Amino acid sequence: MLTEKPETHACSCGGKTGGCAKKQETVEETAPHHGHDHGHEAAEELTDDEAARKLSMSRRNFMKHSAIVAGAATAAACSTEELEKFTAHRLREMTQPELKQLIKRLEADYKKQFKKNVEVRATPAAEGVKFGYALDLSRCIGCRRCVHACVKENNQSRPTPEGEHNNPIHWIRVLEMEKEKGIDLSDANPYYNPAEVPREGHFYMPVQCQQCENPPCVKVCPVQATWKEPDGIVVIDYEWCIGCRYCMVACPYGARRFNWAEPNLPADQLNPNTHVLGNRPRPKGVVEKCTFCIQRTREGRYPACVEICPVGARKFGNMLDPKSEIRAVLESKRVFILKEDLNTRPKFFYFFGI
Amino acid sequence: MFKHLLQFLTGAARYALKGGPTYYAWIAFLLCLIGYGGWGYAHQYQEGLILTGMRDQVMWGFYIGNFTFMVGVAAAAVVLVIPAYVYHWGPIYEIAIIGELLAIAAIIMCLGFVSVDVGRPDRVFHLMPIIGSPNFPRSLLSWDVMVLNMYLVLNVTIVSHMLYSAFFGRKPNANIVVPLVLLSIPAAVSIHTVTAFLYSGLAGRPYWNASILAPRFLASAFCSGPAIILILLQILRKTAGLQIKNEAIWKIAELMAYAIALNLFFLVAEVFKEFYSDTHHLIHTEYLFFGVGEARGLGLYAWTSVISTVIALVLFIVPATRKNFFTLNVGCVLLYIGVYIEKGIGLVIPGLTPDTLGEIYAYTPTAHEVQVAAGIFGMGFLAFTVMIKVAIPVALGKLVAKPDGSAPTAGADTDDAHGAHVGA
Repeated sequence: MLTEKPETHACSCGGKTGGCAKKQETVEETAPHHGHDHGHEAAEELTDDEAARKLSMSRRNFMKHSAIVAGAATAAACSTEELEKFTAHRLREMTQPELKQLIKRLEADYKKQFKKNVEVRATPAAEGVKFGYALDLSRCIGCRRCVHACVKENNQSRPTPEGEHNNPIHWIRVLEMEKEKGIDLSDANPYYNPAEVPREGHFYMPVQCQQCENPPCVKVCPVQATWKEPDGIVVIDYEWCIGCRYCMVACPYGARRFNWAEPNLPADQLNPNTHVLGNRPRPKGVVEKCTFCIQRTREGRYPACVEICPVGARKFGNMLDPKSEIRAVLESKRVFILKEDLNTRPKFFYFFGI
Repeated sequence: MFKHLLQFLTGAARYALKGGPTYYAWIAFLLCLIGYGGWGYAHQYQEGLILTGMRDQVMWGFYIGNFTFMVGVAAAAVVLVIPAYVYHWGPIYEIAIIGELLAIAAIIMCLGFVSVDVGRPDRVFHLMPIIGSPNFPRSLLSWDVMVLNMYLVLNVTIVSHMLYSAFFGRKPNANIVVPLVLLSIPAAVSIHTVTAFLYSGLAGRPYWNASILAPRFLASAFCSGPAIILILLQILRKTAGLQIKNEAIWKIAELMAYAIALNLFFLVAEVFKEFYSDTHHLIHTEYLFFGVGEARGLGLYAWTSVISTVIALVLFIVPATRKNFFTLNVGCVLLYIGVYIEKGIGLVIPGLTPDTLGEIYAYTPTAHEVQVAAGIFGMGFLAFTVMIKVAIPVALGKLVAKPDGSAPTAGADTDDAHGAHVGA
């Protein structure tokens, strides 16, 4: 389907339609300015401890804003922290004290950025848990409530009001397909109007990270910034990702999203209950994706998309627990997975309940 | 030792700064390009990759296309050493040096294109061993980083040893140079193979997931790399007094004809397979040549590429046009254009369009991407110009250290001299 489609509620690309091209032309002339906290950003760049290496970078900043002065003032105070940032390990290899330190730093950063207390947890995977997801295509009506619940819960970047540097992110993409053709991705439409659903002769197929057991994205990451947790969730270390986007190229499900610009997350819309590998606010230039709401599911709650679904199309649970809902679906329904020939072995199953 | 090194470096620097008005104008032009691109990149560093035409559906574009093309140039430049050796083209060291320097410049551009493409340039050190965490050997991208850097170090070592020796009037140590030059040949093949595997290993991208991709990469590299070298050799024998026989140039052209034919054959093999089997995977090839639905696709580029390559094949096969320097150079330019499109946007964009869920996002590079790319090309050309400016006279024995060790002397004062004969 073309991106040249009129109204788009669930565009997950940030670059819908001709709009992009037009925007980019104007970008050249307009002064770099958008509505995030410049002071914070400048401080970050300046105080970075590879100061020598970055001299040229901070020089570039001279043309930026007077915020640089504020940045310089905090430079001395932060320098040890910044050194830690530079020498830090990947989150996966961190010792408990290192992890605690990281969380303390992140919480302080968020407090400064959003003027709001944000709790960053690092709840580990529980023993004997392997999460699985099932989606009933007969029930789904394509209302996209899951998409928006996900955005709210997981602190994704929102569209910018003026449309400049617009980088809205959705982790779920709902495809509209024709009943006559069956599941045919080459004919799927992600830009349908959700006010008209369910449309006659159509059905809907939401696609999000399939949490593969054999994930191509993990294999290709050149810096091991993404991996599969013991409970089966594929996560990303936002402090380690270099933003090369090779994982996005490798993903057969279009599940991964890139922060093409500084994410636009207004403080009043921020969800302060976060997980370090999940919905905590992300920086510019890194990749993100669905984590089965790791901040909820590791605390025994349902993912936001499961909770919001008005027709109960979404099922979730621990596949190792014989009494779980997901096991009931797997045993009583005939399920299928997307692109099974690629041997990615998703833990996200589809079925037709009726 | 240190004194000698200093002498070598100051001698080289002094010579690099000397030149006629054309030389200065060229350097000034390149510096402007670099400044222009650098300005663009500074902007991108602050605002993010949103300034490019890339989005989540087409997440790689012009930058990575240029990177892929340049890896081919870097690989092919060095492999020229083989025919130079087999056919006794004479100044084998000089030809090797030109090839190695072109390879170095191309790798510089490769690294430049990769660097501007990452979202977090402040974290690229994560790719390095020990201080970073390269996903080696699982990720082909970490292989690519490794082989490209090794190849760069290898070429820099060879060239500096040869030039350093020549500068002090010694013969290069064959025990060092010969094995390294021999090693650089499989290394050249490996950088391009790894780059091809980076694409062909992805099961989710059927357009790239073909075993023929690596052979195709090599075949097209042996078209574009030598096309640049042929023109370079003609320029250098006019301006730098390099003795290159016509026969050598014609021989390279003849060998290139085989590479062009092979490259076109591989293309036919792919096109046949796609169209005859007529699966959903065909849509990427259709997007390349014809466009899909309302999306115009890359037809204009794709057909330009095919037609230029075919014309170049004819010009290189027919002896009369191969031996006529006008038609030969036209062929080189056409070939360069053909492979630049084929290995750049013609490879990257159709591989990602439509995306894995069937959506077509019609990517085109923005003016911003072209601006940044211009800066990187400027960097590569500047590096090559300065290196070759110094290297040729040193290799020819025109620029040597004075016996007393004071200042170096240049035999022919400026390189704009008329190709005067010099004993090598």
